[in-house]
This record gives sequence, structure tokens and C-alpha cells, in this order.
Amino acid sequence: MDLIGLGLVVFAALLLLVLSLIKRKSPPTWRVIPQLTKLSRAVDLSVEDGTRLFISLGRTSLLTPRAAAPLAGLGLLRHIAERTSLSDNPPVVVGGEASLALLAQDTLQAGYQSMGADDLYQPMSGRLSGMTPFSAAAGAMPIIRDENISASMLVGDFGVEAALLADAAERQNAFLLGASTDLSSQAALFASAQEPLIGEELFAANAYLDPGDSRSAALTVQDFLRWVIILVLLAGAVSKLIGLI
Amino acid sequence: MRYIAAPIAILTGLLVLLGYFVPLFAGVQSTLLNYAIILAGMAALVGVGNLILVHANKIVKREKGMVYSALLLVTLFATFIFGIFLRPDNVNMRSLVMSVIVPVETTLMALLSVTLLYASIRLLRRRTDLMSVVFLLTAVFTLAASAILPFLGDSPLTGVILLVQHVLPLGGARGILIGVALGTLTTGLRVLFGADRPYGGK
Repeated sequence: MDLIGLGLVVFAALLLLVLSLIKRKSPPTWRVIPQLTKLSRAVDLSVEDGTRLFISLGRTSLLTPRAAAPLAGLGLLRHIAERTSLSDNPPVVVGGEASLALLAQDTLQAGYQSMGADDLYQPMSGRLSGMTPFSAAAGAMPIIRDENISASMLVGDFGVEAALLADAAERQNAFLLGASTDLSSQAALFASAQEPLIGEELFAANAYLDPGDSRSAALTVQDFLRWVIILVLLAGAVSKLIGLI
Repeated sequence: MRYIAAPIAILTGLLVLLGYFVPLFAGVQSTLLNYAIILAGMAALVGVGNLILVHANKIVKREKGMVYSALLLVTLFATFIFGIFLRPDNVNMRSLVMSVIVPVETTLMALLSVTLLYASIRLLRRRTDLMSVVFLLTAVFTLAASAILPFLGDSPLTGVILLVQHVLPLGGARGILIGVALGTLTTGLRVLFGADRPYGGK
């Protein structure tokens, strides 16, 4: 039995639960992530000028350990669906994997329902763009080009093919936020995307755009565990240096 | 329906998670994952249906790029019909499919390398900050160092180049991956607690 792994999960779960239930007197303050501030502005602008948002959730199956990135993307999609529910043009969401495309439709619909705008939901807004990484990118590029897109978000697990989508967005002078958990994709997006997010910033996007007790708690848990890991790494390095291990 | 969906999803998630740590639950985990694979297979069929509807809709409405949509549908149905008669394992069928997929994806890969080169050149115009400068300098250094490394032999410069090419990126990559792992952990826990419900529901 992997007791360390189980212990970490149980500890993180308890911490998340406790921090979610505690009512804080003042809202937590986090460092500013300029990319997310610009994203928020781009979403509002798209509603005002009647243009569309494009969201790609990547091409990872939810049955893999990398599924957290598209799940975070779906959380962000829910927030954006609620915020743009009264827009003339609903956001277009694509997935490079069938189950992601279906969940995107479901999330969009739930977002519209929660805002009482059920009749404005369009099922075609959630699409499967392709079944392989490059075909998914090739299927998504014409959407950015042809469907009056003013802001694009790549939030999920991509490969280097994300750079093709970033290029398509740049050609349309559209805002582009690129966030992926894959290292090579992060490097490609850093070079090609207008606003790249690095590492865990992807998982913070939801809490920054739509703060709530449990989302704030999740960020606090991440910060706390990060400090624990830093201390363990430093203790390990010092122990090795003085010959304890 | 959504009142039933959330408890089922949470219970299933907990059992699959326990299966990773407690051997007693490994059998249940395996069964549940097998169900999930069957559901994912069905989702692929529904997804292809969605793809067909989206492109058929483009053709009916005579939207821009409808020719490509028509081409996609024709090839999709042709592949489907050939696949039924010849079977996916047939040598001719595999050769037919691969002779389309491989050149197309290779072309896109070539396009990607040009796109990345162009994007790197334009990076400082788009974003002039310290990280962009470091990124470009590292890229140039890595390329130049890779070119001269075979001619350096055992000189001290070889050690410096190997340090920059292997040790520093490894440290950075591990730092990023630890952050991603922690984000993955809290995202998974939020879904397990029902705080985030990617399966709809209010």
C-alpha cells in the first residue's frame, strides 16, 4: 500500500474541507496574474461588441492521469458560459476527444440554465474538432478564422500543435490565452501565444475569475503543500550534504 | 436526474481513487474503469455524430469553407464503408488510411516548425520582458551549443554546456511539474467533493 501517497491525498482533502468551511473575515489576496486580468476584460469586450469566444479544451481523454487540465478548463468554461449567456453569439468550445466535446456541451447548457437563459443555448457550440492532436488543431483553426472570434482560450492538455492555434488567433488579431500542463506545449505557447500561463497558473484561473470559498481554499491548499514540498526538498538536500542520507 | 448523477460520480471517483492505494479496491477500480472505457467508446461515436452534424450544417447553410466540410464528410463515409467491407486490420485498408494520415500530419508538423520559428522571432515585438529575453537567449544558446558540442571534446566548456542543457532545464521542469501535480490534486479533490461538476448540474 502506498501510504505516503494516500496520506498526502487524505491530508490535502481534510485541509481543503476545513479551509472551505471556515468563513474568512477578509478575502484572500493573491499575486496578480496579468494574463487573467486581460482574459476577464476580453470576455466582457466580446459580449459588448457581439463577437464570439473560442475555447479549446485540448485532446486528452478523461480516463488518463492528465485529465485534471481539461477538468479545470471545464470549470472555466462554466464561468464563461454564465458570463456570456446573454451575448448574441455564444462561445464555441472544441475538444480533441469525444467525451470532452460532450462534457463541453453539458457544461455550456448548465451555465445557460443557471442564468435562466436555457433557450439561448445552442448545442452546436460544443464540437469535436478531430480525433488526433493535429487533426484537432486543423479542425479548430478554421473556426478561429471564420466565426468572428475576438478572444481564444486554450485551456487543457495540448502538445506542440497548440502553436498552430496560437498562430491562427494572431492572424485574426484575436486575444489568445494559452494554458497547458504539457511542458513542450508550454514552451511552444510561451513563444507563440499572446498571453501564456505557466505551470499551475492554469488551475488558478477559475479562482481568479470567479472567487469563492472552496476555490480560494484550493489555492491555499496548493500554496501550503508547495511550501511543505520546498521544506522537504531543502531538508533532503541538507541531509545529503552533511551525510545523513 | 442531476440529483442522482452527483452521488454516483462522487462514489465512483472515490472507489477508483481508493483502488490506487488499497489493494482491496483494485478489482472494483478495474471494473469501473472498464465501464468507463465502454462509455468513452460510445462517446466517440456520439462525437463523430456531432462532427457530421456540424459540417453538414455548414454545407446546408453554404458557409465559408463548405467545400472542406464536404470533403471531410465524403472521406469520413468512404473510410467507414471501406472499413466495414475490408475490416480495419486489412493491409490495403491500413495502407490507404496511413497514406493519407502520415503525409498530412507530417505537413502540419513541418508547418509547425516554421510557425514556431516565426513566433520566436516575433516574441520580443509581442512581449518585451525579462522572461522573453531569457527564453530567446536560452533557445539560441542551446542551438549553438548543440552545433559545437561534438568538436569540444573534454574541455571545461563541455561541462558548462551540459549543465545548461540538462541540469538547469531538469530543475525548472520538476518545479513546474510539482506545481501541476498540486493543481491536479486539488482539482481532482474538488470534483470528488462535488464542488466542481463537469457533468452538468447547477
